[in-house]
Amino acid sequence: MGGSVTLNLRVPVPADPIPSAAALDDDMILSVEDLRISFALGRRRSFEAVRGVSFTIRRGETLALVGESGSGKSVTAMTIMRLTEYDGAQIAGGRIRMRMKSGTVEDITKLPEARVERLRGSEISIVFQDPLSSLNPVFRVGDQIAEGIIRHQGKSVSEARATALNMLKLVRVPDAERRMDHYPHQLSGGMRQRVMIAMALACRPSLMILDEPTTALDVTIQAQILDLVRTLQQEIGMSVLFITHDMGVVAEIADRVCVMLKGEIVESGTVEQIFNHAQHGYTQALIAAVPRLGSMADKDDPEPFPMVVYSAGGAAA
Amino acid sequence: MSSPSSARKSEELPDPLVEVRDLVTRFDLRTGLMGRIAGRVHAVEGVSFDIVPGETLALVGESGCGKSTVARSIMQLEKPTSGSIRYGGLEMVGGSRHDVLRFRREAQMVFQDPFSSLNPRMTIARTLMDPMRVHRLGTTSELRARAAELLARVDLPPEHLDRFPHAFSGGQRQRICIARALALDPKLIIADEAVASLDVTIQAQVINLLMDLQRERSIAILFISHDMAVVERMAHRVAVMYLGEIVEIGDRRSVFTSPQHPYTRKLLSTVPVADPARRPTTRNLMTEEIPSAVRPPDFVPIKRPMRQVSPTHWVRESD
Repeated sequence: MGGSVTLNLRVPVPADPIPSAAALDDDMILSVEDLRISFALGRRRSFEAVRGVSFTIRRGETLALVGESGSGKSVTAMTIMRLTEYDGAQIAGGRIRMRMKSGTVEDITKLPEARVERLRGSEISIVFQDPLSSLNPVFRVGDQIAEGIIRHQGKSVSEARATALNMLKLVRVPDAERRMDHYPHQLSGGMRQRVMIAMALACRPSLMILDEPTTALDVTIQAQILDLVRTLQQEIGMSVLFITHDMGVVAEIADRVCVMLKGEIVESGTVEQIFNHAQHGYTQALIAAVPRLGSMADKDDPEPFPMVVYSAGGAAA
Repeated sequence: MSSPSSARKSEELPDPLVEVRDLVTRFDLRTGLMGRIAGRVHAVEGVSFDIVPGETLALVGESGCGKSTVARSIMQLEKPTSGSIRYGGLEMVGGSRHDVLRFRREAQMVFQDPFSSLNPRMTIARTLMDPMRVHRLGTTSELRARAAELLARVDLPPEHLDRFPHAFSGGQRQRICIARALALDPKLIIADEAVASLDVTIQAQVINLLMDLQRERSIAILFISHDMAVVERMAHRVAVMYLGEIVEIGDRRSVFTSPQHPYTRKLLSTVPVADPARRPTTRNLMTEEIPSAVRPPDFVPIKRPMRQVSPTHWVRESD
């Protein structure tokens, strides 16, 4: 890993080409094309957090968007939900095309707020990092799951509650009937995250975004949640956009990987390509930073982590 | 003589810096107007271990297993129900003011969340100088020079002294917390999930820094974590906690290569493997929750003995 790697970051990465501006392939769910997002810092100055990001997600596929804090991965995800505007961001360019359940293709960046609201939950849903702050503390979790079903599918309260109960069972919440009437503070971190996933699944969206869903959880619970997402995907065949900084998690869950650095995608490819033949120094540094269990099996004393430091010049040292 | 608490190689047996014996910490849950005791949280039940100078003992377990309560009990932030904590041969539970004061100077803690453990209204210089000022270690200008040294030791430039915590990233803040812990030349550092909130690359930097410092000054570290992969790299010995008890303790190599307790094996099996070819496909979907440590007030805990696996490795009998 010592060799120096130089890449012109502006060249589109060949493994994941920008789809042609014309038609969206039939099995394509989402296509993000040359997306630019900027935040205003003052009257004149602005900061571009996402600079020309492009990727596509196919039906039933898990795409991992990897990068460190501040790389723009969460901003990208929030923009797909059209939520960044509430944080003062502006879509400076590009488009996000999404295939709806009806089969039509829409550019999410152009939709009016009323239409976007109907989209959230029913076509795309999101699970955030911290389940405690994304659940409403004063409502029972069953009612919180049912709310989206009533709103999007126009079902009656009792029908919606029945669906909510099924969702809780689907995400393997033990003793689901009783949990329906619990408040978020009565649940453990892992159970809360399951409730969030149940809520995200309730209207059968075609794309689920998981934004660092396991970072706040213990490793044992993280393994449970990753297993759950994988199993659910096999069962209901939805697409997943998985956002994380942990390459260990990526190896467990992703089909394809996009590595983000300072608002740009620096490398993308299948999970095998990325782990076996990482081209970019930054990708190599990210992979090297993952502690590997068993790497110390023949040693008695502790050893420092091997540091593969990526510096902005594009060299791995 | 060997006992579970001192499970380590016999040829190198310096006097332990910290000796914890049969530590029990329980919290009463009270209800109603009269404050009737409705139950007790058995957070720590009969925990014993030693830490020698220059050694890292890792305390691993899931949220709620009592590992942080052990740390807080050692730091005298929590009053133990029973048991003994000796530091440098002196009893700390109910110890004299003078002994506890010395201990407070030599034992320092690094907390999980660097965003809430730095005072947002204090400059970095004040944050680093405050502990030294409290223990009257010199004049203001001397202390400031020492603060700059400390900052340099954790690879931050001295011009950062006059900035406030909000100007730093998570990894930088955690390094400031480590610098603050070093201010009083500690002999013991308790790191309570100190890297859990950091990105993986930053996590590696912070751990390498801790290991460097340990080698330089032979600091003893009690490293509390739920991440087995991190523990494997930096610990000399490992104690696995489950529901307030140590279920397995031993040298790091034995615990990781031949884990004896089913819970240790479970912890090891859940670490993500950074290799897509070895993705688990047959792992059973686990749904169980960690059992609660809340017990009725008349509960008497069952004491299971520990079995010796090797001279340096002990495991609690399970049923």
